[in-house]
Amino acid sequence: MAIAEPPIRVEDSPLNQVKTEDVQLDITFEQLKRLVSPRALTGETMLLNMGPQHPSTHGVLRLLLELDGETIVSCIPDIGYLHTGIEKTAEGKTYLKVIPLTDRTDYLAPMSNNLAYCGAVEKLVGIDVPIRAQYLRVILMELTRMNSHLVWLGTHALDIGAMSVFLYCMREREMILDIYEAVSGARMMSSYIRPGGLWRDVPSHFPQLVQRVLDVFPGRLLEYEKLLKENPLWKERTVGIGKISAQDAIAWGMTGPCLRGSGVNYDVRKAQPYSCYDHFEFSVPLGSAGDVYDRYRCRMEEFHQSLKIIRQAMAKLPPGPVMTDDRKVAPPPKHEIAYSMESLIHHFKLWTEGFKAPEGEVYFAVESGKGEYGVLLSGDGSPKPRRVHFRAPSFHNLQPLGEISKGALLADIVAIIGSIDIVLGDVDR
Amino acid sequence: MGANELTQALREALGDGIADVVVFRDEVTLNVPRERVIEVLTHLRDVQQFNMLTDETCVDYYPREPRFGILYQLYSIPRNIRVRVKVMLSEYDASLPTATGLYRNANWLEREIYDLFGIRFEGHPDLRRILLPPDWQGHPLRKEVPVTVEENAFTFNRERVDAEKPYATE
Repeated sequence: MAIAEPPIRVEDSPLNQVKTEDVQLDITFEQLKRLVSPRALTGETMLLNMGPQHPSTHGVLRLLLELDGETIVSCIPDIGYLHTGIEKTAEGKTYLKVIPLTDRTDYLAPMSNNLAYCGAVEKLVGIDVPIRAQYLRVILMELTRMNSHLVWLGTHALDIGAMSVFLYCMREREMILDIYEAVSGARMMSSYIRPGGLWRDVPSHFPQLVQRVLDVFPGRLLEYEKLLKENPLWKERTVGIGKISAQDAIAWGMTGPCLRGSGVNYDVRKAQPYSCYDHFEFSVPLGSAGDVYDRYRCRMEEFHQSLKIIRQAMAKLPPGPVMTDDRKVAPPPKHEIAYSMESLIHHFKLWTEGFKAPEGEVYFAVESGKGEYGVLLSGDGSPKPRRVHFRAPSFHNLQPLGEISKGALLADIVAIIGSIDIVLGDVDR
Repeated sequence: MGANELTQALREALGDGIADVVVFRDEVTLNVPRERVIEVLTHLRDVQQFNMLTDETCVDYYPREPRFGILYQLYSIPRNIRVRVKVMLSEYDASLPTATGLYRNANWLEREIYDLFGIRFEGHPDLRRILLPPDWQGHPLRKEVPVTVEENAFTFNRERVDAEKPYATE
Protein backbone atom coordinates (compact mmCIF):
# COMPACT_ATOMS: atom_id res chain seq x y z
CA MET A 1 0.00 0.00 0.00
CA ALA A 2 1.40 3.36 -1.03
CA ILE A 3 1.86 5.84 1.73
CA ALA A 4 1.04 9.42 0.79
CA GLU A 5 3.95 11.83 1.25
CA PRO A 6 3.46 14.25 4.10
CA PRO A 7 2.54 17.74 2.86
CA ILE A 8 5.27 20.37 2.89
CA ARG A 9 5.09 22.42 6.03
CA VAL A 10 4.73 26.15 5.59
CA GLU A 11 8.02 26.93 7.34
CA ASP A 12 9.87 24.54 4.98
CA SER A 13 8.48 26.03 1.78
CA PRO A 14 11.08 27.54 -0.55
CA LEU A 15 9.53 30.97 -0.26
CA ASN A 16 10.34 31.09 3.42
CA GLN A 17 14.00 30.30 2.76
CA VAL A 18 14.58 33.69 1.10
CA LYS A 19 16.46 36.03 3.39
CA THR A 20 15.93 39.77 3.18
CA GLU A 21 19.56 40.37 2.19
CA ASP A 22 19.04 38.09 -0.84
CA VAL A 23 16.42 40.42 -2.26
CA GLN A 24 18.23 42.83 -4.58
CA LEU A 25 16.91 46.00 -6.02
CA ASP A 26 17.83 46.31 -9.69
CA ILE A 27 18.77 49.94 -9.10
CA THR A 28 21.03 51.38 -6.44
CA PHE A 29 19.71 53.82 -3.91
CA GLU A 30 21.91 56.60 -5.31
CA GLN A 31 20.49 56.06 -8.81
CA LEU A 32 16.96 55.95 -7.49
CA LYS A 33 17.41 59.26 -5.67
CA ARG A 34 18.15 61.00 -8.96
CA LEU A 35 14.99 59.69 -10.59
CA VAL A 36 12.32 60.36 -8.00
CA SER A 37 11.41 63.58 -6.25
CA PRO A 38 12.88 64.34 -2.81
CA ARG A 39 9.44 63.84 -1.31
CA ALA A 40 9.65 60.10 -1.99
CA LEU A 41 12.61 59.81 0.37
CA THR A 42 10.68 61.25 3.30
CA GLY A 43 7.74 58.96 2.64
CA GLU A 44 5.44 61.80 1.64
CA THR A 45 4.80 60.21 -1.74
CA MET A 46 4.44 56.53 -2.45
CA LEU A 47 6.48 54.36 -4.81
CA LEU A 48 4.38 51.81 -6.64
CA ASN A 49 5.54 49.08 -8.97
CA MET A 50 3.43 48.38 -12.06
CA GLY A 51 4.25 45.40 -14.23
CA PRO A 52 6.11 43.68 -15.85
CA GLN A 53 3.17 41.28 -15.74
CA HIS A 54 0.22 43.60 -16.05
CA PRO A 55 -2.58 43.38 -18.62
CA SER A 56 -2.46 47.08 -19.46
CA THR A 57 1.25 47.41 -20.15
CA HIS A 58 0.88 45.60 -23.50
CA GLY A 59 3.58 43.07 -22.81
CA VAL A 60 6.39 43.07 -20.32
CA LEU A 61 6.81 46.74 -19.53
CA ARG A 62 7.56 47.67 -15.96
CA LEU A 63 6.86 51.10 -14.55
CA LEU A 64 8.03 52.54 -11.29
CA LEU A 65 5.45 55.10 -10.30
CA GLU A 66 5.76 57.78 -7.66
CA LEU A 67 2.31 58.74 -6.47
CA ASP A 68 0.98 61.63 -4.47
CA GLY A 69 -2.43 60.29 -3.65
CA GLU A 70 -3.67 59.31 -7.08
CA THR A 71 -1.54 61.83 -9.00
CA ILE A 72 1.61 60.67 -10.74
CA VAL A 73 4.67 62.65 -9.62
CA SER A 74 7.17 60.69 -11.67
CA CYS A 75 7.06 57.61 -13.83
CA ILE A 76 10.18 55.61 -14.61
CA PRO A 77 9.80 53.00 -17.37
CA ASP A 78 11.97 49.93 -17.03
CA ILE A 79 12.42 47.95 -20.22
CA GLY A 80 14.47 45.00 -21.39
CA TYR A 81 12.32 42.11 -20.23
CA LEU A 82 11.84 40.96 -23.81
CA HIS A 83 15.40 41.57 -25.00
CA THR A 84 16.29 38.69 -27.30
CA GLY A 85 19.54 39.94 -28.80
CA ILE A 86 18.20 40.11 -32.34
CA GLU A 87 20.88 42.59 -33.40
CA LYS A 88 23.66 40.31 -32.17
CA THR A 89 22.10 37.25 -33.77
CA ALA A 90 21.79 39.12 -37.07
CA GLU A 91 25.56 39.66 -37.19
CA GLY A 92 26.12 35.91 -37.43
CA LYS A 93 23.71 35.30 -40.30
CA THR A 94 23.76 35.95 -44.02
CA TYR A 95 21.71 38.87 -45.30
CA LEU A 96 18.84 36.63 -46.33
CA LYS A 97 18.63 34.76 -43.03
CA VAL A 98 18.14 37.97 -41.04
CA ILE A 99 14.63 38.45 -42.49
CA PRO A 100 12.87 36.01 -40.10
CA LEU A 101 14.45 37.89 -37.19
CA THR A 102 12.94 41.17 -38.36
CA ASP A 103 9.45 39.64 -38.17
CA ARG A 104 9.95 39.18 -34.49
CA THR A 105 10.82 42.76 -33.57
CA ASP A 106 7.45 44.41 -34.07
CA TYR A 107 5.46 41.18 -34.25
CA LEU A 108 2.18 42.95 -35.02
CA ALA A 109 3.54 44.46 -38.23
CA PRO A 110 5.89 41.85 -39.74
CA MET A 111 5.68 43.12 -43.31
CA SER A 112 6.77 46.66 -42.41
CA ASN A 113 9.85 45.28 -40.69
CA ASN A 114 10.62 43.02 -43.66
CA LEU A 115 10.39 45.96 -46.00
CA ALA A 116 12.56 48.24 -43.86
CA TYR A 117 15.29 45.61 -43.69
CA CYS A 118 15.04 44.52 -47.33
CA GLY A 119 15.01 48.16 -48.41
CA ALA A 120 18.24 48.72 -46.51
CA VAL A 121 19.85 45.66 -48.12
CA GLU A 122 18.67 46.78 -51.57
CA LYS A 123 20.15 50.22 -50.96
CA LEU A 124 23.45 48.81 -49.71
CA VAL A 125 23.88 46.27 -52.51
CA GLY A 126 22.21 48.41 -55.20
CA ILE A 127 19.29 46.23 -56.32
CA ASP A 128 16.37 47.40 -58.46
CA VAL A 129 12.94 46.04 -57.58
CA PRO A 130 10.36 45.27 -60.32
CA ILE A 131 7.35 47.54 -60.40
CA ARG A 132 4.82 44.78 -59.65
CA ALA A 133 6.71 43.84 -56.51
CA GLN A 134 6.71 47.48 -55.41
CA TYR A 135 2.94 47.75 -55.86
CA LEU A 136 2.34 44.51 -54.00
CA ARG A 137 4.61 45.75 -51.24
CA VAL A 138 2.51 48.88 -50.92
CA ILE A 139 -0.71 46.82 -50.68
CA LEU A 140 0.81 44.57 -48.05
CA MET A 141 2.27 47.51 -46.13
CA GLU A 142 -1.11 49.16 -45.89
CA LEU A 143 -2.76 45.90 -44.83
CA THR A 144 -0.05 45.61 -42.19
CA ARG A 145 -0.76 49.13 -41.00
CA MET A 146 -4.43 48.20 -40.63
CA ASN A 147 -3.46 45.01 -38.82
CA SER A 148 -1.28 46.95 -36.40
CA HIS A 149 -3.95 49.62 -35.85
CA LEU A 150 -6.65 47.00 -35.26
CA VAL A 151 -4.69 45.42 -32.43
CA TRP A 152 -3.98 48.89 -31.07
CA LEU A 153 -7.65 49.92 -31.20
CA GLY A 154 -8.86 46.71 -29.61
CA THR A 155 -6.40 46.68 -26.73
CA HIS A 156 -6.56 50.42 -26.17
CA ALA A 157 -10.35 50.32 -25.89
CA LEU A 158 -10.15 47.21 -23.72
CA ASP A 159 -7.80 48.99 -21.32
CA ILE A 160 -10.19 51.88 -20.95
CA GLY A 161 -13.16 49.55 -20.49
CA ALA A 162 -14.86 49.27 -23.89
CA MET A 163 -14.63 45.53 -24.22
CA SER A 164 -16.73 44.85 -27.30
CA VAL A 165 -14.38 46.80 -29.58
CA PHE A 166 -11.64 44.30 -28.89
CA LEU A 167 -13.76 41.38 -30.08
CA TYR A 168 -14.77 43.20 -33.28
CA CYS A 169 -11.17 44.20 -34.02
CA MET A 170 -9.91 40.66 -33.64
CA ARG A 171 -12.66 39.50 -36.02
CA GLU A 172 -11.61 41.99 -38.69
CA ARG A 173 -7.93 41.26 -38.18
CA GLU A 174 -8.66 37.68 -39.20
CA MET A 175 -9.34 38.83 -42.78
CA ILE A 176 -5.88 40.40 -42.96
CA LEU A 177 -4.20 37.36 -41.42
CA ASP A 178 -5.93 35.24 -44.05
CA ILE A 179 -4.22 37.33 -46.72
CA TYR A 180 -0.86 36.88 -44.98
CA GLU A 181 -1.47 33.16 -44.95
CA ALA A 182 -2.45 33.09 -48.61
CA VAL A 183 0.65 34.94 -49.77
CA SER A 184 3.33 33.65 -47.40
CA GLY A 185 1.96 30.53 -45.73
CA ALA A 186 2.27 32.03 -42.25
CA ARG A 187 -0.30 34.05 -40.39
CA MET A 188 2.05 36.22 -38.38
CA MET A 189 5.75 35.68 -39.10
CA SER A 190 5.46 36.14 -42.83
CA SER A 191 9.08 36.76 -44.04
CA TYR A 192 7.47 37.39 -47.41
CA ILE A 193 9.43 40.41 -48.62
CA ARG A 194 12.94 39.56 -49.82
CA PRO A 195 15.84 41.68 -51.08
CA GLY A 196 15.05 42.21 -54.73
CA GLY A 197 11.30 41.72 -54.57
CA LEU A 198 8.98 39.17 -53.05
CA TRP A 199 9.37 35.51 -52.19
CA ARG A 200 6.89 34.55 -54.95
CA ASP A 201 3.94 36.05 -56.74
CA VAL A 202 0.63 36.33 -54.93
CA PRO A 203 -1.88 33.47 -55.44
CA SER A 204 -4.70 33.80 -57.97
CA HIS A 205 -7.37 34.45 -55.33
CA PHE A 206 -5.40 37.34 -53.81
CA PRO A 207 -7.56 40.03 -55.53
CA GLN A 208 -10.73 38.46 -54.09
CA LEU A 209 -9.25 38.39 -50.59
CA VAL A 210 -8.22 42.05 -50.81
CA GLN A 211 -11.58 42.96 -52.34
CA ARG A 212 -13.29 41.40 -49.33
CA VAL A 213 -11.31 43.70 -47.03
CA LEU A 214 -12.16 46.70 -49.21
CA ASP A 215 -15.86 45.82 -49.24
CA VAL A 216 -16.30 44.93 -45.59
CA PHE A 217 -14.05 47.44 -43.90
CA PRO A 218 -15.75 50.81 -44.47
CA GLY A 219 -18.91 49.54 -42.81
CA ARG A 220 -17.00 48.09 -39.91
CA LEU A 221 -15.11 51.34 -39.42
CA LEU A 222 -18.47 53.10 -39.10
CA GLU A 223 -19.36 50.64 -36.35
CA TYR A 224 -16.19 51.45 -34.43
CA GLU A 225 -16.86 55.16 -34.82
CA LYS A 226 -20.39 54.67 -33.48
CA LEU A 227 -19.01 52.85 -30.47
CA LEU A 228 -16.29 55.32 -29.55
CA LYS A 229 -16.10 58.61 -31.45
CA GLU A 230 -18.84 60.51 -29.66
CA ASN A 231 -19.10 58.19 -26.67
CA PRO A 232 -19.09 60.51 -23.60
CA LEU A 233 -17.31 57.91 -21.44
CA TRP A 234 -14.59 57.48 -24.05
CA LYS A 235 -14.15 61.23 -24.47
CA GLU A 236 -14.02 61.70 -20.70
CA ARG A 237 -11.12 59.28 -20.53
CA THR A 238 -9.18 60.55 -23.55
CA VAL A 239 -9.73 64.26 -24.27
CA GLY A 240 -7.05 66.43 -22.70
CA ILE A 241 -5.20 63.42 -21.24
CA GLY A 242 -1.52 62.76 -21.92
CA LYS A 243 -0.78 65.95 -23.81
CA ILE A 244 2.54 66.50 -25.55
CA SER A 245 3.40 69.60 -27.52
CA ALA A 246 4.77 69.55 -31.07
CA GLN A 247 8.22 70.79 -30.01
CA ASP A 248 8.50 68.20 -27.27
CA ALA A 249 7.36 65.41 -29.54
CA ILE A 250 10.07 66.31 -32.06
CA ALA A 251 12.72 66.71 -29.37
CA TRP A 252 11.88 63.24 -28.05
CA GLY A 253 12.11 61.75 -31.54
CA MET A 254 8.51 60.60 -31.59
CA THR A 255 7.20 59.54 -34.98
CA GLY A 256 4.04 58.16 -36.51
CA PRO A 257 0.58 58.95 -35.18
CA CYS A 258 2.10 60.07 -31.85
CA LEU A 259 3.91 62.90 -33.64
CA ARG A 260 1.08 63.66 -36.04
CA GLY A 261 -1.40 63.78 -33.18
CA SER A 262 0.53 66.84 -31.99
CA GLY A 263 0.12 68.45 -35.41
CA VAL A 264 3.55 67.83 -36.98
CA ASN A 265 3.22 66.85 -40.60
CA TYR A 266 5.89 64.19 -40.92
CA ASP A 267 5.17 60.92 -42.66
CA VAL A 268 8.00 58.99 -44.29
CA ARG A 269 5.66 57.91 -47.07
CA LYS A 270 5.19 61.54 -48.09
CA ALA A 271 8.52 63.04 -47.05
CA GLN A 272 10.84 60.48 -48.59
CA PRO A 273 8.68 58.13 -50.66
CA TYR A 274 9.85 54.54 -51.01
CA SER A 275 8.39 51.64 -52.97
CA CYS A 276 6.29 53.82 -55.35
CA TYR A 277 4.31 55.59 -52.61
CA ASP A 278 4.51 58.72 -54.74
CA HIS A 279 2.26 57.03 -57.33
CA PHE A 280 -0.74 57.15 -55.03
CA GLU A 281 -2.95 59.88 -53.72
CA PHE A 282 -3.55 59.97 -50.01
CA SER A 283 -3.52 62.53 -47.24
CA VAL A 284 -1.80 62.53 -43.87
CA PRO A 285 -4.27 63.00 -41.00
CA LEU A 286 -3.09 65.48 -38.39
CA GLY A 287 -4.26 66.20 -34.87
CA SER A 288 -3.82 69.44 -33.00
CA ALA A 289 -4.03 68.96 -29.24
CA GLY A 290 -1.55 66.10 -28.96
CA ASP A 291 -3.69 64.26 -26.41
CA VAL A 292 -4.90 60.67 -26.29
CA TYR A 293 -8.03 61.52 -28.25
CA ASP A 294 -6.13 63.15 -31.12
CA ARG A 295 -3.77 60.22 -31.43
CA TYR A 296 -6.85 58.00 -31.57
CA ARG A 297 -8.42 60.16 -34.27
CA CYS A 298 -5.22 60.11 -36.37
CA ARG A 299 -5.10 56.35 -36.40
CA MET A 300 -8.80 56.03 -37.20
CA GLU A 301 -8.36 58.35 -40.19
CA GLU A 302 -5.34 56.34 -41.30
CA PHE A 303 -7.61 53.32 -41.76
CA HIS A 304 -9.49 55.24 -44.45
CA GLN A 305 -6.27 56.42 -46.10
CA SER A 306 -4.91 52.87 -46.14
CA LEU A 307 -8.07 51.63 -47.83
CA LYS A 308 -7.73 54.43 -50.37
CA ILE A 309 -4.15 53.45 -51.18
CA ILE A 310 -5.01 49.76 -51.48
CA ARG A 311 -7.90 50.54 -53.81
CA GLN A 312 -5.63 52.58 -56.11
CA ALA A 313 -2.86 50.02 -56.05
CA MET A 314 -5.21 47.13 -56.85
CA ALA A 315 -6.68 49.05 -59.77
CA LYS A 316 -3.27 49.86 -61.21
CA LEU A 317 -1.48 46.62 -60.28
CA PRO A 318 0.88 45.97 -63.22
CA PRO A 319 1.76 42.50 -64.50
CA GLY A 320 5.30 41.23 -64.64
CA PRO A 321 7.91 39.58 -62.46
CA VAL A 322 8.00 40.08 -58.69
CA MET A 323 11.70 39.37 -58.23
CA THR A 324 14.72 41.04 -59.74
CA ASP A 325 16.47 39.04 -62.47
CA ASP A 326 19.87 39.82 -60.97
CA ARG A 327 21.00 36.26 -60.25
CA LYS A 328 23.63 37.46 -57.81
CA VAL A 329 20.96 38.25 -55.24
CA ALA A 330 17.80 36.47 -56.39
CA PRO A 331 17.54 32.69 -56.69
CA PRO A 332 16.99 31.41 -60.24
CA PRO A 333 13.65 29.76 -61.02
CA LYS A 334 13.60 25.99 -60.55
CA HIS A 335 13.11 25.17 -64.23
CA GLU A 336 16.20 27.18 -65.16
CA ILE A 337 18.39 25.11 -62.85
CA ALA A 338 17.54 22.02 -64.88
CA TYR A 339 19.25 23.20 -68.05
CA SER A 340 21.57 26.07 -67.11
CA MET A 341 24.91 25.40 -65.43
CA GLU A 342 25.22 29.04 -64.38
CA SER A 343 21.84 28.97 -62.68
CA LEU A 344 22.91 25.91 -60.73
CA ILE A 345 26.08 27.68 -59.61
CA HIS A 346 24.09 30.76 -58.60
CA HIS A 347 21.65 28.58 -56.71
CA PHE A 348 24.43 26.93 -54.72
CA LYS A 349 26.31 30.16 -54.11
CA LEU A 350 23.17 31.88 -52.87
CA TRP A 351 22.00 29.18 -50.49
CA THR A 352 25.41 28.31 -49.08
CA GLU A 353 27.46 31.48 -49.03
CA GLY A 354 24.87 34.18 -49.67
CA PHE A 355 25.45 37.39 -51.60
CA LYS A 356 28.10 39.89 -50.68
CA ALA A 357 27.40 43.50 -49.82
CA PRO A 358 29.93 46.31 -50.14
CA GLU A 359 31.62 48.14 -47.31
CA GLY A 360 29.60 51.08 -46.05
CA GLU A 361 26.59 52.21 -44.06
CA VAL A 362 23.06 52.91 -45.18
CA TYR A 363 19.91 53.97 -43.38
CA PHE A 364 16.52 53.08 -44.77
CA ALA A 365 13.25 54.02 -43.11
CA VAL A 366 9.63 53.08 -43.72
CA GLU A 367 6.48 54.39 -42.11
CA SER A 368 5.20 51.43 -40.12
CA GLY A 369 1.94 51.55 -38.19
CA LYS A 370 3.76 52.84 -35.13
CA GLY A 371 6.09 55.36 -36.71
CA GLU A 372 9.37 55.55 -38.51
CA TYR A 373 10.86 52.08 -38.59
CA GLY A 374 14.44 52.44 -39.76
CA VAL A 375 17.27 50.01 -40.33
CA LEU A 376 20.86 51.12 -40.08
CA LEU A 377 22.90 48.54 -41.93
CA SER A 378 26.66 48.38 -41.99
CA GLY A 379 28.27 46.04 -44.48
CA ASP A 380 31.90 44.91 -44.43
CA GLY A 381 32.25 43.30 -47.87
CA SER A 382 31.34 39.82 -46.62
CA PRO A 383 28.01 37.96 -46.95
CA LYS A 384 27.14 38.82 -43.34
CA PRO A 385 26.30 42.27 -42.01
CA ARG A 386 28.75 43.96 -39.69
CA ARG A 387 25.96 45.62 -37.80
CA VAL A 388 22.18 45.78 -38.09
CA HIS A 389 20.45 48.34 -35.95
CA PHE A 390 16.69 48.63 -35.83
CA ARG A 391 15.41 52.13 -35.19
CA ALA A 392 12.33 50.96 -33.36
CA PRO A 393 9.46 53.46 -33.27
CA SER A 394 8.09 52.02 -30.03
CA PHE A 395 11.42 52.58 -28.27
CA HIS A 396 11.39 56.27 -29.15
CA ASN A 397 7.68 56.76 -28.51
CA LEU A 398 7.85 55.10 -25.10
CA GLN A 399 10.75 57.19 -23.86
CA PRO A 400 8.78 60.38 -23.07
CA LEU A 401 6.17 58.40 -21.10
CA GLY A 402 7.54 59.79 -17.82
CA GLU A 403 7.22 63.30 -19.22
CA ILE A 404 3.72 62.82 -20.67
CA SER A 405 2.23 61.17 -17.61
CA LYS A 406 3.52 63.72 -15.09
CA GLY A 407 0.56 65.12 -13.23
CA ALA A 408 -1.90 62.62 -14.67
CA LEU A 409 -4.02 60.32 -12.57
CA LEU A 410 -3.03 56.72 -11.97
CA ALA A 411 -5.90 55.45 -14.13
CA ASP A 412 -4.78 57.70 -17.00
CA ILE A 413 -1.42 55.99 -17.37
CA VAL A 414 -3.26 53.03 -18.85
CA ALA A 415 -4.90 55.27 -21.44
CA ILE A 416 -1.57 56.96 -22.24
CA ILE A 417 0.32 53.68 -22.74
CA GLY A 418 -2.48 52.49 -24.98
CA SER A 419 -2.43 55.67 -27.04
CA ILE A 420 1.31 55.62 -27.76
CA ASP A 421 0.89 52.08 -29.12
CA ILE A 422 3.98 50.18 -28.07
CA VAL A 423 5.00 46.63 -28.81
CA LEU A 424 7.57 45.37 -26.38
CA GLY A 425 9.23 43.16 -28.96
CA ASP A 426 10.01 46.37 -30.79
CA VAL A 427 11.15 48.26 -27.69
CA ASP A 428 13.53 45.57 -26.43
CA ARG A 429 14.50 43.83 -29.70
CA MET B 1 19.51 71.43 -51.55
CA GLY B 2 22.18 68.96 -52.51
CA ALA B 3 24.79 67.25 -50.40
CA ASN B 4 27.52 69.45 -51.80
CA GLU B 5 25.90 72.70 -50.69
CA LEU B 6 25.29 71.33 -47.21
CA THR B 7 28.87 70.17 -46.76
CA GLN B 8 30.14 73.43 -48.23
CA ALA B 9 28.14 75.44 -45.70
CA LEU B 10 29.25 73.19 -42.84
CA ARG B 11 32.92 73.40 -43.83
CA GLU B 12 32.73 77.18 -43.88
CA ALA B 13 31.07 77.39 -40.48
CA LEU B 14 32.96 74.67 -38.64
CA GLY B 15 36.37 74.48 -40.32
CA ASP B 16 38.26 71.40 -39.19
CA GLY B 17 35.27 70.33 -37.06
CA ILE B 18 34.36 68.32 -40.15
CA ALA B 19 37.37 66.08 -40.68
CA ASP B 20 35.98 64.26 -43.69
CA VAL B 21 32.76 63.88 -45.68
CA VAL B 22 31.77 60.53 -47.12
CA VAL B 23 28.89 60.22 -49.59
CA PHE B 24 27.72 56.64 -50.04
CA ARG B 25 24.45 55.73 -51.81
CA ASP B 26 23.41 59.41 -51.68
CA GLU B 27 23.77 59.49 -47.89
CA VAL B 28 26.07 62.08 -46.34
CA THR B 29 28.28 61.02 -43.43
CA LEU B 30 30.28 63.67 -41.61
CA ASN B 31 33.34 62.37 -39.80
CA VAL B 32 33.88 64.49 -36.73
CA PRO B 33 36.66 64.38 -34.13
CA ARG B 34 35.49 63.57 -30.63
CA GLU B 35 36.39 66.98 -29.17
CA ARG B 36 34.17 68.80 -31.64
CA VAL B 37 31.11 66.55 -31.67
CA ILE B 38 28.89 68.66 -29.39
CA GLU B 39 29.83 71.82 -31.26
CA VAL B 40 28.97 70.20 -34.60
CA LEU B 41 25.68 68.77 -33.31
CA THR B 42 24.72 72.14 -31.82
CA HIS B 43 25.43 73.84 -35.13
CA LEU B 44 23.45 71.23 -37.05
CA ARG B 45 20.48 71.56 -34.71
CA ASP B 46 20.37 75.33 -34.30
CA VAL B 47 21.66 76.67 -37.62
CA GLN B 48 20.97 73.87 -40.09
CA GLN B 49 17.57 72.97 -38.57
CA PHE B 50 18.28 69.27 -37.97
CA ASN B 51 15.68 69.15 -35.24
CA MET B 52 15.23 65.41 -34.86
CA LEU B 53 17.71 62.80 -33.70
CA THR B 54 16.34 59.83 -35.57
CA ASP B 55 18.82 57.33 -34.27
CA GLU B 56 22.06 57.03 -32.40
CA THR B 57 23.98 53.81 -32.38
CA CYS B 58 27.41 52.27 -32.40
CA VAL B 59 29.22 50.07 -34.90
CA ASP B 60 32.17 47.93 -33.90
CA TYR B 61 34.79 48.03 -36.69
CA TYR B 62 37.09 45.49 -35.05
CA PRO B 63 39.96 44.84 -35.87
CA ARG B 64 40.39 48.43 -37.04
CA GLU B 65 41.72 50.94 -34.57
CA PRO B 66 40.01 53.19 -33.47
CA ARG B 67 37.37 50.52 -33.49
CA PHE B 68 34.06 52.04 -32.34
CA GLY B 69 32.03 54.37 -34.53
CA ILE B 70 29.21 56.31 -32.90
CA LEU B 71 26.63 57.23 -35.51
CA TYR B 72 24.14 60.05 -35.05
CA GLN B 73 21.39 59.87 -37.64
CA LEU B 74 19.83 63.34 -37.90
CA TYR B 75 16.74 64.46 -39.76
CA SER B 76 15.45 67.93 -40.50
CA ILE B 77 11.66 68.11 -40.70
CA PRO B 78 11.52 71.61 -42.28
CA ARG B 79 14.20 70.83 -44.89
CA ASN B 80 13.44 67.12 -45.36
CA ILE B 81 17.06 65.93 -45.48
CA ARG B 82 19.05 63.44 -43.49
CA VAL B 83 22.66 63.58 -42.41
CA ARG B 84 24.83 61.22 -40.40
CA VAL B 85 27.54 62.27 -37.97
CA LYS B 86 30.20 59.73 -37.17
CA VAL B 87 32.71 59.80 -34.32
CA MET B 88 35.44 57.19 -34.09
CA LEU B 89 36.52 56.05 -30.62
CA SER B 90 39.47 53.97 -29.48
CA GLU B 91 38.84 50.87 -27.39
CA TYR B 92 41.21 52.18 -24.72
CA ASP B 93 39.46 55.51 -24.34
CA ALA B 94 35.84 54.70 -25.16
CA SER B 95 34.05 57.77 -23.89
CA LEU B 96 32.56 60.88 -25.39
CA PRO B 97 30.35 63.78 -24.24
CA THR B 98 26.64 63.10 -24.05
CA ALA B 99 24.12 64.60 -26.49
CA THR B 100 21.24 64.53 -24.00
CA GLY B 101 21.47 68.31 -23.63
CA LEU B 102 20.70 68.73 -27.34
CA TYR B 103 18.32 65.92 -28.14
CA ARG B 104 16.26 64.53 -25.30
CA ASN B 105 15.80 61.09 -26.81
CA ALA B 106 19.57 60.58 -26.71
CA ASN B 107 19.05 59.53 -23.10
CA TRP B 108 17.87 55.98 -23.73
CA LEU B 109 19.85 55.62 -26.95
CA GLU B 110 23.08 56.35 -25.11
CA ARG B 111 22.10 54.02 -22.29
CA GLU B 112 21.60 51.31 -24.90
CA ILE B 113 25.04 51.98 -26.40
CA TYR B 114 26.60 51.91 -22.94
CA ASP B 115 24.78 48.68 -22.17
CA LEU B 116 25.68 46.81 -25.35
CA PHE B 117 29.09 48.33 -26.22
CA GLY B 118 30.43 49.69 -22.93
CA ILE B 119 30.99 53.21 -24.18
CA ARG B 120 30.77 55.85 -21.48
CA PHE B 121 28.95 59.12 -22.07
CA GLU B 122 30.34 61.93 -19.94
CA GLY B 123 27.68 64.05 -18.30
CA HIS B 124 24.84 61.61 -18.96
CA PRO B 125 22.18 62.06 -16.25
CA ASP B 126 21.29 58.40 -15.78
CA LEU B 127 23.92 56.12 -17.28
CA ARG B 128 22.97 52.56 -16.34
CA ARG B 129 22.05 49.41 -18.20
CA ILE B 130 18.75 49.50 -20.01
CA LEU B 131 18.14 46.26 -21.89
CA LEU B 132 20.26 43.79 -19.95
CA PRO B 133 19.95 42.94 -16.24
CA PRO B 134 21.99 45.23 -13.97
CA ASP B 135 24.29 42.39 -12.83
CA TRP B 136 25.24 41.37 -16.38
CA GLN B 137 28.96 41.02 -17.05
CA GLY B 138 30.39 42.47 -20.25
CA HIS B 139 28.97 44.21 -23.28
CA PRO B 140 27.58 41.67 -25.73
CA LEU B 141 27.50 43.59 -29.01
CA ARG B 142 31.28 43.92 -29.03
CA LYS B 143 32.80 41.67 -31.66
CA GLU B 144 34.90 39.67 -29.20
CA VAL B 145 31.76 38.32 -27.52
CA PRO B 146 30.75 35.11 -29.32
CA VAL B 147 27.19 34.19 -30.19
CA THR B 148 26.44 31.25 -27.94
CA VAL B 149 23.49 28.96 -27.48
CA GLU B 150 22.08 28.42 -24.04
CA GLU B 151 20.49 25.04 -23.56
CA ASN B 152 16.97 24.99 -22.17
CA ALA B 153 16.96 23.76 -18.58
CA PHE B 154 14.53 20.97 -17.74
CA THR B 155 14.40 18.77 -14.67
CA PHE B 156 16.64 16.10 -16.15
CA ASN B 157 19.48 18.43 -17.27
CA ARG B 158 19.08 21.29 -14.89
CA GLU B 159 22.26 20.69 -12.90
CA ARG B 160 24.43 20.35 -15.98
CA VAL B 161 23.03 23.50 -17.60
CA ASP B 162 23.30 25.40 -14.36
CA ALA B 163 26.97 24.52 -13.99
CA GLU B 164 27.70 26.20 -17.34
CA LYS B 165 26.02 29.48 -16.39
CA PRO B 166 28.29 32.51 -15.91
CA TYR B 167 27.46 32.74 -12.24
CA ALA B 168 28.59 29.16 -11.50
CA THR B 169 31.84 29.43 -9.59
CA GLU B 170 33.61 26.19 -10.42
